[in-house]
Amino acid sequence: MFPAPIARSSRTWQITYQTLLPIALLFWLAPLIAVAVFSIKPDADFTTGNYWGWPSTFEGINNYSKVFLESDMPRYLWNSVLITVPTVFGAVALSCMTGFALGIYKFKANLWIFFMFVAGNFVPFQILMVPVRDLTLDLGLYNTKTGLVLFHIAFQTGFCTLFMRNFIRALPFELIEAARVEGVAEWRIFWFVVMPLMRPAIAALAVLIFTFIWNDYFWAVVLTQGAESQPVTAGITSFNAQYRAAYHLMSAGSIVAAIPPVAMFFLLQKHFIAGLTLGAVK
Amino acid sequence: MAVAADAVQLETRSWFHRNQQAIAPWLFLAPGVLFFLFYVIFPIFQSFNISLYEWDGLGEAEFIGLRHYEDLYWEFADRDAFFVSLKNNLLWLLLYLLAIPAGLFIALFLNQTVVGIRLYKSLFFFPFVISQVVVGLVFTWFYDPTFGLLNTMLGWVGLGPINVLGDERFVTYGIILAGLWPQTAYCMILYLTGLNAVDPEQIEAGRLDNAKGWKMLWYIIIPQLKPATFIAFVVTIIGALRSFDFIAVMTQGGPFGSSRVLAFYMFEVALSEYGFRMGYGAAIAVVLFLIMLCFIAYFLWSMYRDQKGGR
Repeated sequence: MFPAPIARSSRTWQITYQTLLPIALLFWLAPLIAVAVFSIKPDADFTTGNYWGWPSTFEGINNYSKVFLESDMPRYLWNSVLITVPTVFGAVALSCMTGFALGIYKFKANLWIFFMFVAGNFVPFQILMVPVRDLTLDLGLYNTKTGLVLFHIAFQTGFCTLFMRNFIRALPFELIEAARVEGVAEWRIFWFVVMPLMRPAIAALAVLIFTFIWNDYFWAVVLTQGAESQPVTAGITSFNAQYRAAYHLMSAGSIVAAIPPVAMFFLLQKHFIAGLTLGAVK
Repeated sequence: MAVAADAVQLETRSWFHRNQQAIAPWLFLAPGVLFFLFYVIFPIFQSFNISLYEWDGLGEAEFIGLRHYEDLYWEFADRDAFFVSLKNNLLWLLLYLLAIPAGLFIALFLNQTVVGIRLYKSLFFFPFVISQVVVGLVFTWFYDPTFGLLNTMLGWVGLGPINVLGDERFVTYGIILAGLWPQTAYCMILYLTGLNAVDPEQIEAGRLDNAKGWKMLWYIIIPQLKPATFIAFVVTIIGALRSFDFIAVMTQGGPFGSSRVLAFYMFEVALSEYGFRMGYGAAIAVVLFLIMLCFIAYFLWSMYRDQKGGR
């Protein structure tokens, strides 16, 4: 282990380290803690200039219930769910198949198709913006959740394919050969031999794609407009316009918008981190 | 015997069964590839094409050849919006790379086994999971000249107040710092996983040879972290060139357009109240794409090199 384990060092250094940890964390998360503090303060504290002092009253419940009951926030949150969940399903399903095809079979175009996915995954969004917006308009899907979902599925398939293909490559190839010798049909190999082994990869991808899509802002602005279809990332800006200078409500709104991916991360941490490293750092 | 039996069986099977190993990959690929072609690959070429037209997104498009690129050149020569965006993109690229050493530093700090370290690691990773829009808002308040935490802290040491986001000199650096926060967390987690995989025997061997501290880090640890560094490099470069959310949320490109980057400028030209100049926007996007293409080519080339080693 590097650096040398703290247990082997002197007693003073051990204590220093243990006290340094929470202080470092406090500094690292200071901007967030500030927002959390803001979100439980009453309006009066901001007008009297009591920004950083002790809250004069605790209005947490009041502020958050305002966000949920008197604004479009719940609607935006629900839109985000309706956009994110189908995208996760679609992208994972498509990439299981493409990843299987590119990971198992040897054919001439294999590497080129793989590189097409990888390269496409890296392009700047702006080069796609005008044509994709146009395509969505032509399909009659502008300002609908479906339009957003279709694009997200297509784009995320690039990243997911990269991930799935690398994962499938690392599986023992003898399994597939053995099945072939037995005369098992290819689609059965896919469904009964490979799919059960892909569970960890599917879990990792699902969590990762969930946060990516939940946090998307650019496409939400380009492809949707109003409260009936916009996800929460875009909604928070109109929410802030509505409550301009009401910092206690804006902070509460931001925290509400941020919570779902955070919860996802804490629940499925192991898978999440496996996903981020693309399986490259074993 | 077995061969003959196989042959008989093969003939009785349908054409599909005989060729299924050649056909199967294409069937598995078809839905994903078609989707990807329609939504990602074709639009790239369409954008190239649109950049040759003057088009408001609704009416008739007028072919004007390379005139948009000529306009971009003059904007560059006059140090106008395009020049500012390009310059800021370069700043983003360079400064964003600081996330890599910063991430390594935090990873080294946290790579210990003490009580509760897992929770610490997760909490340090926190900023990356939050949407960039929220991070942008949080930092906007952090920088706020009247009540922001930054100016409150500067006040303690008798400095400030400075209006980071309202000052042309500081604004881009301020936004990049906000961006570095989640990006550092990302690099940190990559390095923490990488450090887990470092070969303990090599460390022991290094210790026997009296390698310590910096020497150990430089000659033994960092070379073994190469895969993590590569991914950190890829995601940081891509992240820097994709920076849009922060600018849209924090400054809208201001003050006086001084915090624009290509990604935001393109959006502004093509889809905002300034008018729907799709062709001109596409031309800016093409420039951004070409910059990115250099990096994409390099990434693919290194992947190709690794590929030849594998199966």
